[in-house]
Parts: sequence; C-alpha cells; structure tokens
Amino acid sequence: MTLDYSALGLRVGFEIHQELGTRKLFCDCPSILREEEAPLKIKRRLRPTQSELGEVDRAALVEAIRGKGFRYQVYPENVCLVELDCEPPHPVNQEALDTALEISLLLGASPVDEVHVMRKTVIDGSNTSGFQRTMLVATGGKLDTTKGPVTIQTICLEEDAARKVGEDADFIDYRLDRLGIPLVEIATGPDFTDPKTPAEAALKVGQLIRATGRAKRGIGTIRQDINVSIRDGARQEIKGVQELSLIPAVIEREVKRQLALLRIKGELRGRGAAHVEGKIVNVGKVFSKTKCKVISNILAKRGTVLAVKLPKFAGLVGKELQPGRRFGTELADYAKAYGKVGGIFHTDELPGYGISAEEVSKMRNMLSATADDAIAIVAAEKGNAEKALDAVIARANQALLGVPEETRRALPDGNTEFMRPLPGAARMYVETDIPPIVVDEKKLERIRKMLPELPEHKVKRYIDEYKLNKELAERMSLSENSELFEELVEKHIVDPTLIATTLEETLVSLKREGAMVENIQRSALDEIFDLIRMGEVAKEAISDILREVAKGFSVPDVVQRLSLRKITEAELAKMVSDVIQENWILVEKRGRGAMQPLMGILMEKVRGRVDGKLVHQLLERELQKFEFRTETS
Amino acid sequence: MEKLGQVHEGILMPRTELGDQNHLVIKLDSGYNLGIRLTRDAKVSKVAVGRAPRMGLPPIAFKPDPSKPNVSILGTGGTIASRVDYRTGAVYPAFTAEELYSAAPELAGLANIKTSAVCSVFSENMSPQLWVKIARAVAREINGGARGVVIAHGTDTMGYTAAALSFMLKGIFRPVVLVGSQRSSDRPSSDAALNLLSAVAVAGKSDIAEVCVVMHGSTEDDFCLIHRGTKVRKCHTSRRDTFQTINDLPIGVVRDGEMIPLGDYNKTKESGEVTVDAKFEPRVALVKISPGIQPKIIDSILRSGYKGIILEGTGLGHTPEALFPCIKRAIKSDVPVVMTSQCIWGRVNMNVYSTGRDLLKLGVIPGEDMLPEVAYVKLMWLLPKTSDMDELRKLMLTNIAGEITSRTRSDVFLKTFLGI
Repeated sequence: MTLDYSALGLRVGFEIHQELGTRKLFCDCPSILREEEAPLKIKRRLRPTQSELGEVDRAALVEAIRGKGFRYQVYPENVCLVELDCEPPHPVNQEALDTALEISLLLGASPVDEVHVMRKTVIDGSNTSGFQRTMLVATGGKLDTTKGPVTIQTICLEEDAARKVGEDADFIDYRLDRLGIPLVEIATGPDFTDPKTPAEAALKVGQLIRATGRAKRGIGTIRQDINVSIRDGARQEIKGVQELSLIPAVIEREVKRQLALLRIKGELRGRGAAHVEGKIVNVGKVFSKTKCKVISNILAKRGTVLAVKLPKFAGLVGKELQPGRRFGTELADYAKAYGKVGGIFHTDELPGYGISAEEVSKMRNMLSATADDAIAIVAAEKGNAEKALDAVIARANQALLGVPEETRRALPDGNTEFMRPLPGAARMYVETDIPPIVVDEKKLERIRKMLPELPEHKVKRYIDEYKLNKELAERMSLSENSELFEELVEKHIVDPTLIATTLEETLVSLKREGAMVENIQRSALDEIFDLIRMGEVAKEAISDILREVAKGFSVPDVVQRLSLRKITEAELAKMVSDVIQENWILVEKRGRGAMQPLMGILMEKVRGRVDGKLVHQLLERELQKFEFRTETS
Repeated sequence: MEKLGQVHEGILMPRTELGDQNHLVIKLDSGYNLGIRLTRDAKVSKVAVGRAPRMGLPPIAFKPDPSKPNVSILGTGGTIASRVDYRTGAVYPAFTAEELYSAAPELAGLANIKTSAVCSVFSENMSPQLWVKIARAVAREINGGARGVVIAHGTDTMGYTAAALSFMLKGIFRPVVLVGSQRSSDRPSSDAALNLLSAVAVAGKSDIAEVCVVMHGSTEDDFCLIHRGTKVRKCHTSRRDTFQTINDLPIGVVRDGEMIPLGDYNKTKESGEVTVDAKFEPRVALVKISPGIQPKIIDSILRSGYKGIILEGTGLGHTPEALFPCIKRAIKSDVPVVMTSQCIWGRVNMNVYSTGRDLLKLGVIPGEDMLPEVAYVKLMWLLPKTSDMDELRKLMLTNIAGEITSRTRSDVFLKTFLGI
C-alpha cells in the first residue's frame, strides 16, 4: 500500500460480536437456528418513540419513514413468549454472564461491581419489543498486538436480534430463532493506525473467546463492525464484516473513499459551488417518446419523472470512490433509503440507458443547467420520487462539507454502502424488569479459577506432551477441533501426530475436493482409529475411508467394499513375488534397477492397505532372492 | 467515580427500590448504566451540574374540531402513554390531553380529547371506594355532554372495575370503555397505542351503550375486541390478548377504527341521564374450594364479621361434604353463600350430583354462568339493598347487566390450538 496512513491520521477501532452456545440470554430457549418453513407467523408494528427534546433520533427516523409492518416467524420449540414480547424477560442467563466475565478477565479488563441491564431502542423490527437488551460487563482491558497494545474499551453482553429473511412492499420478514441468543461484544478504542493490525487483533480476540469453550460455532456466529476515520474525513461505522481476511481491504477501500470525497469537496470549492437550492422540476414531458424502458414504464403507470439541478457538480457525480462505486452510487443509495425508489439517473452517465442526448439537452433547458452542472433524475410514484430527490439534495449538500458520518454495510468485495446516518447518542434506558446483578469478589474468584488455558500454553503442551511439531501444534491449538483432538488422543492409543494431521490436513483437503465433511460423525473417527490401532487398516487408507464416509457410508462398509483391510505380510509377500514373476523380463534386464518401476506397480495395487516401507522391504528381499536365483541358474 | 485505577464519569442516577444501598449508579456517555460498590477505596466527586430534566412530554396545542366527537379520558393510574428521556433514562407518563396527542398523534383524527385524573393507583390497590369515585366521574362526563368515556386502568383488576361500573351506572346511554396495556407504554412494541386508539374509536363513534373493555384480540397488532364488562376476565399474566369474554361472544371487534358487532348490545340514545347507584358492602369473601379445605376457614370468615361469601366451587359447583355444616351456619346467620365454579367456563348446575343437591338444600345460591369475580362484585353491590335473604337471592339470580346469560353458544370456549 502506498498510502501513508499515519500522515492521513487513520484511526480504526472494531467491535466483535460473538454468539455464545448457551441457552438464550433472557429465557430458557435453546439457541438454535432453523432453516425450514416456520409453522407460525405473527404480524406486528412498532411505533417510533421521541426523545425528550421532541427530536426523533436520526437513525430511528429513517427506520420509521420506511413504515413497514413486521412478520415474525416462530418455531415453538425455540421461540417462547419472551421473544414475542408477550412475557417479561427471565433473569439473565448465569452461564452467559459467567462467560462474559471470563472473557473480561482474560482481556485484563475490570468487571463492573453491579451489572445493569439496559434497553437500547431499535425500531427496524429486528427486536420484537422495539429495543435490544444490553448490559455493560467490564471496562478497561488491553490487547497486545505486533504494533503495540490496544485498549479494550468495553465488554458488553447483549441479546442477538432476529434475522431478516425477506421483505415485500408492506412487510419485512424476520425469523425469531436468533433473537435472544447471547452475544458478547468486545469494543476496542480507535487505537489502530493501519489496515492490517486490526485483522490480527480480531483473530486474537476470537481465539480468546473460543478458548472459553462456549463460543457458538458456525457461519454468522461472529460478526465484526469496524470504525474508520481519517483526519479530515469522518467516522464511519462499517457493519457486518463477516471474514477477518476482508478487514484490511475494507479499511483500505474506506480510506480511498473518504479521500475521494475530500477531493470532490475541494473541486467543488474550487469551482465556486454553493449550497444546492434543490428546486425539483417535473421533466415528464421531455420523455413522452423516450426509448428508456424504465422511464416509459413509470410514466405508463402514472408515475412522475422529477429532476433537480446540482450546480457545478458536472463530472463529479461520475467520479469513482471505490472500485465499481461512484459518487452517483452514493446518491442512489440515499434515494433508495429515503424514497424507496429503484435508483436514479444522472447526467454524468447520460446519454445512456435509452435516454438520448436530445432528452438530456431538453432537461438542461428546463432546469437552466449549464454544462458545468449535473442533473439527478428519478422516475417513480410522485411521493417517493420527491423523498428520493430530497435525500439526493441533502447528500449533495454534505459533499460540499466533506464526508458525512454514516453507518455503512460491508460488501463482499470490501466496498461499503450507505445504511443509515450514524445514530445519535445511544437511546438507552433501564430495563426495569430485571434487578441489577451484583458482581462480587467471591464470584470473580470462582471465575478466575475456571479460566481456560490461553492459546500459547496449549501450543507448548501439545509440543511437550503429544510431541507434535511446532507448526502442527500451533494449528491444532487454534483449531475448532482442538477439544476433539484431545479427546481422541485420550481415547485411542494412536500417534497423536496422526490424529492431528487427520483433523487438520486430511479433512481440510477432502473439503477442498468438495467432500461433505460435515457428514463425518465423531463415531466414524473413533472406528477408524480403533482399526488403525488394531493394525487392520493402514494409516494411508484414512483419506479414502473418510471420503466415502462423507458420502454417507459406514466405516465397516467402506473398508470391506474398497478392500481396504490391511494386507498381511504373507499376502504381501505373495503379491510381491507375483509381480516380480509377471515382470521378470524387466527384472532380468535391470536387476536392482527394477526397484523403482516395481514399487510403482506394487503401490498401485496395495495403495492404502499397507505401509509403503514394508512393501519396499519385501520387494528388496524378493529381488535379492531372484538375483540370487538367476545368478545361480 | 474513581476506584482501583478506573475512572468513570457520568450522570448520577437515582437509586431505585430494586437496588441495594452499597452501590452508586451512574449513566455513562455511551448510555450504559454502571454500578460501583462504595468501598473505602472508591472516590466520588461532583464535576458538574446538568440541566434538570423536563417533566412530561412537549405538549401539542390542538384546536377542538366540531366535526369530531368529544371523548373524555379518565386516568386511574395505569400509564396508557409515556415517553423516555434518554439522557437520564427516565420514563414520563402522558397525562394531559396535550401530552396524549403528543404521544399518539392519531387521536386528533378520531376525537377531541379531554382528560382528568380520578386517582393514581396500581390496579391491585383498587377498592370499592375508588370504583364509586370512578363511576361518579363517568356520570359527570356523560351527563356533561361527552360522546363517550374512556377509563385508563391497570389490567390486573380491570375486570372487577368493569363489573362494578356495569352494576352502578344506571341509564347508560353512551359508551363507557375501559382500556389498559400489557406491555409498558414506553416501549415501541407496546399494545397501548392500538388499545387507546381503539378505545377512543369505540367511545367516540360506536353505538354501544354499555360498560366494556377494549384490548388486543390477538397477539398481532391488527384488531381489538370489545368485551362486555360483566363477562370479561384477564386470562394470561402477560400476553396482549389476555382479556377474554367468558361463556359468550365479545360485543364486537374494532379494526382500523371501525366496529364490527358480534352480538346484541344496548344501543346509544340521543339523550338521557346517568345516575350512580353507589353503595357497596366490602365485607364479602371470595373463597376457592380445594380438596382438604378446612371448615375453619368459613367459620373464621363468619367470626370476622363478613356479610357474604362467594364460593369458587369445583366442577358444576361442589364443595367437600366436610364444609356442609359451616356453610349451613353461614346461611343460618343470614350470610348469603353464592356458588360459582373455578372452571371459569361453563354453567353451574347443582341438580346433577347429590353434593350439589345437598348444597342447594342448605340454601346455597347457584351462580348460573357468572364469573366468580363478577359474582363477588355483584354481591357487594346487592347486600346494602336488602336484608331479606329471599329478596337477595332473587336479585342475585336476576340478570342486571349481562352477567347472567340464559344460553351458552358452542363456539365460546378457549382451548389450545395451533394458531395465535
């Protein structure tokens, strides 16, 4: 990267949200996600609340404007009256709170003396009660990174939200299975100053959480939000970075975006651009014979085509902010968010999309727009079109000031898109249905005693006790399978290195091949290692057996079908002498030199059923005998 | 606050009755509350004084609209609307009409609201005296020209108050609607708004001249039910659709401000006058019968000077035989004993089994299909009217305000089903 991040004043902080595998935080429902059709759907509405000053919180206002109802999908086995906001919350799940305290101690943070559960207003429908229950558990921790220590500002415990599974014109569909699952939220200070260290730190935090043994596993159980700002830019909260490996790209692209926006601001200033008045004009008649399908369809449905002049913006709307995203894309995001329209057109990309140069020219006339000015156009139902252009005007005016503070959504390629304005001060008040929870020294002592082994210690132990090499020990200690590994080693008198490579390498390469390794049960592994110990199957066969087990076959079936039962030495000896006989011309010609090709043939035949070393041994012995025989004949 | 190297700054929070004396609570800038134990190494210092929070919601000025009906809302203590001050986390109840309009702007499209407070209690602290106070306020409002009256009430004993008003208010010619909310009104998901708007719609626009309860009809937010005040009961501790009409259909459904009737009801009239028949004898006991119950209970009730007993018997209206002698003693001392059923649904019939017949012979009054709570309120209201036990029996068995029906439909029983 050629950017000088410290000169730019880059500051990055992140928040990790990790789901716990305990029961739900405020009730006794199992924390399970369901994929099949829900037997019950319940429709609800939420009313936006107002702050004391009569202002509606910025973010809440956006949600309210969208005005849809909510359809909640219910699975009676793991969604109860608490999730439906039909019953007060039960006391906080002790196991979850203990886990949060464990994590706090592992991060060197100070737990609060008394935990107060708060209600944080959320009215996008993802919480049935209109708020998320959250509590501050600890403050003031520290995380060591290669670039120095980073502060852990807060550790909170909160309930996860319902998951959005669909949306139509009138309703948003949410599934309540995830609502209530405990989330531990760990927030760093804005102490990172480069794009790579945050990813390293996030990995480390994730490992610490997994060390407690109570982290939920699976896709989506850990989510990262990143806060990024540069000196002259503004803080962005980027939500939903699913993969750690994407973090550096997201940060780099966000810095690029902010720099590009600052360049646009500078350019606008240079051109003498002023506050956009935003007079919206109906340009429908320009398009009475247009070839643009989008517009003609809207007009046919009695919609309108509205346009607004963005003075001095020509050429800037089409400027790229991130690969594949232009300033015009930002304007379109705002139009979509506030006006519920499909998108906008703008003169930096016209003529195009069926809109002709002549139509553009007519619009310029109607709006008194010169070649220095850009025009934004929306085709939609009148009310929506107006809201959309109002949002475009507002965003254009913000471009004159620089970078607006926003909550943005991370996209799979590392770009980000606008979600909503950064929320104002947290909309929180006390959850009066739950009394405060005292965290006293006795409780902390108990938790200190059960602190899990730190990853560094585990590596050392694997090297010392199980004789794994350093690289394998490091991989195994960080692996999801480390617990399984230790159990298998305890149970089976088999070389731990074999078990470790099976879990960490064999399974991984099978997965890469496309095998459904999720189908491999623990019992299958037990059976395989039993067979290895008894000498009935060679270690070389493991990969083949697992490949078949992944397809759904049982271990004994596979061993039999593929004749993977280990060959006895006697059988092997016969095989070797048969091969020598079949290839005696070669043997005669090459003598000892026939070793290699014959090994090739033999290993083909016995592949996976016997130790290669033994084959070599026997072949050598037979060849010697043969030589001896020929020499003596 | 400084303790063990950690410094926290925030707004000092008032100590609630939930917490203990050893902790101080501050609200941080982030919005979170944090509790710190006051040990010897904790240091507290005041760094600033903030703006005192405004009490209440910003009022919205409104002009009465002559085309809209005038509805009076009486407050008894339940909070039908409120707002939150996020800075301090305090929840403020909406009280005046202006505050209600502020919290529920849709009200302006329904009616001209006038509010007054009758009392301010949790509904578990309601009493016959307060029932009377409420009834007098209702009569005053209706006689003063209100198109309808809404009473905001806690849900715990709303059924009892509804029954009491049904008996007390004579000559009702306008709607009298009780309303409450199960989920506190500060939360965005509260059932309060739909309930209040539906109640005001019924009070302002319907032709129902009865005392009724209006609350959510399902766990969704799409409609409310209008329940007759003498046939309604709170059936679930926390669900929105907790109120059910027992042994009958609700009077109607209200959806999107429009009413759909489900059965017969007294219709409104252009004019009239409401009077209040306001005497109650509070010394009535409601006793739930159970296996092993001791006669001592009834005897000690008598010794304490009680004037009437409602029994919540088992099944069709039964008690253990062991209770016969003390029941006889009660009736002989002119303390009427009325039988209802703890099954809640269904009709009492004491002719079927010998136990029932024996109780009838002792002089127990069979309560037909009255709810135990309603029979309780009715007896309290009847006792001051007569000391003649035969007269009392006759009145108890007369349908005064819909509390007794002569036939029960087959589609009015609540049971588990795979739906909402």
